[in-house]
Amino acid sequence: MSEASMPEHAQPAGSHAQAEGQQHPVKLYFVVWGLLFVLSTFSYLVDYLGFEGALRWSLIVVFMLLKAGLIVAVFMHMAWERLALSYAILLPPLLVLMFLAIMAFESDYIVITRSVFFASE
Amino acid sequence: MTDATLAATGARADPPGGLQGFVADWSSDQRAFKKVPWGKAMMWIFLLSDTFIFGCFLIAYFIARSSTPDVWPNASEVFSLHIGGTDLPLLLIAIMTFVLISSSGTMAMAVNNAYRHHRARTALLMVATAALGATFVGMQAFEWTKLISEGVRPWGNPFGAAQFGASFFMITGFHGTHVSIGVIFLLIVARKVWKGEFDTPRRSWLSRGGGDYESVEIMGLYWHFVDLVWVFIFAFFYLW
Repeated sequence: MSEASMPEHAQPAGSHAQAEGQQHPVKLYFVVWGLLFVLSTFSYLVDYLGFEGALRWSLIVVFMLLKAGLIVAVFMHMAWERLALSYAILLPPLLVLMFLAIMAFESDYIVITRSVFFASE
Repeated sequence: MTDATLAATGARADPPGGLQGFVADWSSDQRAFKKVPWGKAMMWIFLLSDTFIFGCFLIAYFIARSSTPDVWPNASEVFSLHIGGTDLPLLLIAIMTFVLISSSGTMAMAVNNAYRHHRARTALLMVATAALGATFVGMQAFEWTKLISEGVRPWGNPFGAAQFGASFFMITGFHGTHVSIGVIFLLIVARKVWKGEFDTPRRSWLSRGGGDYESVEIMGLYWHFVDLVWVFIFAFFYLW
């Protein structure tokens, strides 16, 4: 099995078609580039037009996630990587969300304590 | 047996894709990340650890902001620029965002050209990326100067909750450091591309030689990550 498990590095040096190289049409990059500009303009407009409340937050988060997705998927080529790498990189950050949820409870408690304590002064 | 199979197919068969491939890769008792150079896998793992660092900073900011009974400063007003008699909210931040996105675009083009072995174009695009990155850091320095002159400090500010300054300087400072390091490394890799060090058969620092331009893509991963972090900072710190 040693031959079969040999990495692609064993290819003759200087071979043009690197199996590991990521080559994609230039047009795709320009489309994503344009989309990122449009989405950034939209998220700026959310502030400029003064949207408030749930509408503001949901718009900000949607535009943010769309931009992040485009950057990771196309610019960082994650869309073309094998799932073994994609999952190893993309799943662990979900733990940050859990941390965020825990800290949301904690800060809720702190703000109540502070309000009660400082109000009595 | 193996030799005969290899000879018959002429090349190593592609590993299976999809979920089946995911299970096969992780249970293969070999390297798990197939078809990925180790440098790229390591950069991704570094970026994952950096994700946790910035994630913790943003959570710390979130805690500071939601656990204080004081009013949080209105970012829209704090970061506005006074131009031609009107206050334009977040103007500088918007320009910084567009500059960083543009630099991400030129970086993607550089990676594309590197794999096509257009040396001069790759190096020039990387220098352009570095120039845009330096512009970004310059504007951030201007923003810091403006806020410090208005009395924003890590321990207090005239606009509201005292935690604002600490969060601002920590998060944007750490991000700006990342951009600065990226600019330095972009120039180093661009110089190597320009001198053709990736095309010589010789190995050297960051280069395996033999026409392998993966270092440019790895550099690109770092740079796009810096842009990615800014997307989150822009949304949570400046717009929220």
